[in-house]
Amino acid sequence: MAAPAETWLVLGGGSTIGRAFAQRAAAAGAAVLLAGRDVGELERSAADLRLRHGVPATSVLFDALDLDAHRGFARACATLAQGQLNLLLAFGTMPSQADCEADPAVARRMVDTNVTGAASVLTALAPVLRGQGGGTVVALGSVAGERGRPRNHLYGATKAALGVFLQGYAARHARHGVRVLNVLAGPVDTALTWPLPKLPFMASPATFAAATWRLARHGAGQAHVPRVWAPVMAVIRALPNRIFNRLDL
Amino acid sequence: MNLVLPKLAVRAASDVAWRSVALQGWGRLGSAPCQAARPERLREAAAALAAQNGRNIIAHGAGRSYGDAALNGGGAALLTGRLDRMLGFDAASGVLVAEPGVTIADVIRVFLPQGFLLPTPPGTAFATLGGAVANDVHGKNQHGAGCFGDHVEWLELMLADGRTRRVSPTQDPVTFQATIGGIGLTGVVTALAVRLLRVPSNAMRVRRQRIGGLDEYLDAFRAARDATWSVGWVDALAGGAALGRGILETAEHAAGSVAVPAEASRRMPFDAPGFLLNPLSVRAFNAAYWRRVPAGGEERVVHANRFLFPLDGIGGWNRLYGWSGFHQFQCLLPEAEAPRGLRRLLETVGEAGAASFLAVLKWMGREGRGMLSFAQGQAIPGFTLALDIPARPCSRALLLRLERVTRDHGGRIYLAKDSALSPQGMVEMYPRLGAFQEVRARLDPAGRFSSDMSRRLGLG
Repeated sequence: MAAPAETWLVLGGGSTIGRAFAQRAAAAGAAVLLAGRDVGELERSAADLRLRHGVPATSVLFDALDLDAHRGFARACATLAQGQLNLLLAFGTMPSQADCEADPAVARRMVDTNVTGAASVLTALAPVLRGQGGGTVVALGSVAGERGRPRNHLYGATKAALGVFLQGYAARHARHGVRVLNVLAGPVDTALTWPLPKLPFMASPATFAAATWRLARHGAGQAHVPRVWAPVMAVIRALPNRIFNRLDL
Repeated sequence: MNLVLPKLAVRAASDVAWRSVALQGWGRLGSAPCQAARPERLREAAAALAAQNGRNIIAHGAGRSYGDAALNGGGAALLTGRLDRMLGFDAASGVLVAEPGVTIADVIRVFLPQGFLLPTPPGTAFATLGGAVANDVHGKNQHGAGCFGDHVEWLELMLADGRTRRVSPTQDPVTFQATIGGIGLTGVVTALAVRLLRVPSNAMRVRRQRIGGLDEYLDAFRAARDATWSVGWVDALAGGAALGRGILETAEHAAGSVAVPAEASRRMPFDAPGFLLNPLSVRAFNAAYWRRVPAGGEERVVHANRFLFPLDGIGGWNRLYGWSGFHQFQCLLPEAEAPRGLRRLLETVGEAGAASFLAVLKWMGREGRGMLSFAQGQAIPGFTLALDIPARPCSRALLLRLERVTRDHGGRIYLAKDSALSPQGMVEMYPRLGAFQEVRARLDPAGRFSSDMSRRLGLG
């Protein structure tokens, strides 16, 4: 087997979407680094990638909240990568708005994970990407970040913050060959959404991963997945407040 | 059916999330509302068992059991579909270690190109390995290769208390035997090691021959005893001298491989309207199907999937029987009783005018390892007959008659397909049931593993 031309680092490699995207990348012949907190679980997923696709796959310990470890983690990933290192940021938490309001610690933990942790690890990885002459960064944003809705505006706020961070990150590192894509995800049938009531236009993880993989090949900026959310969100963004505020979205 | 689990309990048991779902068997005979957890990690499966809050629970894989084996109305279900990782493979021994939600199609897609096949592929590749264990499934090579459990090296079994235990033919063999074919009632399989079958290619040389009637059929099966693979399709609506006519397929592995066919391209887009399915139309279909094979027989080399999983090419074929669904009846009759017993079964179906597209006849020669394995006891060696029976007001009565005929001839009914067996029939047909119940009482004293099927059969 020829050495892989690229390695995809999946941050949040144990998440539903992280796993599905890793399958897609491995199917295309890429090596995979699965990063997350539960290394035992990640190792099971890595074994699956090796068996199904015959590619190198390794698990790496990563905790979004352990900011001090992010630089060391970035160096370790640089050593483990074969070919060009690209990354998918697929970690995040989504406690309910009610839980966030009832317990500030829950809210803080989400902000720390989705915003601080994300910004920190991407910052730590930037020198690696620049050092190798560029790379692709795909991050999971959300349609929830496009307009604050009663049902999940704190979660939405974390994704909006991530989106602004990614804009600046892309501008800052673009001339070093770093391409950044913010995937504005609609609801996907993951462990996060399993307990929620039925959501509209729900995508399967495999469908979502396939679409994200296609976009990751050359896309930049931001894109909705599934695409149906582009027109839907255009309408929702355009609603005047007096109407929007009366809808229970 | 609201989610009544208190939020705190969910938290305490780490991240178990429940959702109200309505599960169906492959026969679509109605749906069973229950609370379902869909773990993606092992500890989530353990947490689900710990947090079931007094409800009983059953594992549910791809939903390919026809009846109620994997349904649990009013209780809880543990969906195994996302525990679907392959964990290890040793090319020297052919042993694959995998999680229960890995499907047979996954195994074939990855390992057939490397020269390995699942040892006893059932009639659909969409079933999961966990389901293959729970039903001790068999394939068209049962007479030589036995059942799925014969090729299982060990199982990791998660018990009612959330602890996991490794069982094998040598390590806690009693629990192993109760779990093979144990329709999920001993625990949740979280990993298994199965020895794959080494094959020379991805193709099979399939020989098809027309069979004029039942006696000729049984003789033909005996004559084909040395064939590695054999299966018969029976026109269940042909009567008189043509009773039991059909097409016998025998197959051997071909030396060279063929191109891989595209995956399921055709799909039943909607439920067939009931009037399409009447004795006249099915009779015409069956007759045409029978004549498709030339009188002198034919031989073709096809991809293994084409021979092993002919119906998988039509996604959602179960919708052929309309919105009301269908029962599947499969029994095993001891060889000596087969000529008379099969005749009576086919006559009973014929008299009822119960239109059945697919009746399948198969010779079975090896006993399974499980206490509730279908292939077992005095019915081995014997013949197994499987029939689809569209759900009608009178179909329960017909199934009761078929059960009686099966019992009269010393036969037994296959639980993977069943939706109608009586508790009394279960006791008579499964002589090791007592031992099975003893194991359950020891492993699961509170009776947490339970299903619609287990309650219907009086097993608790």
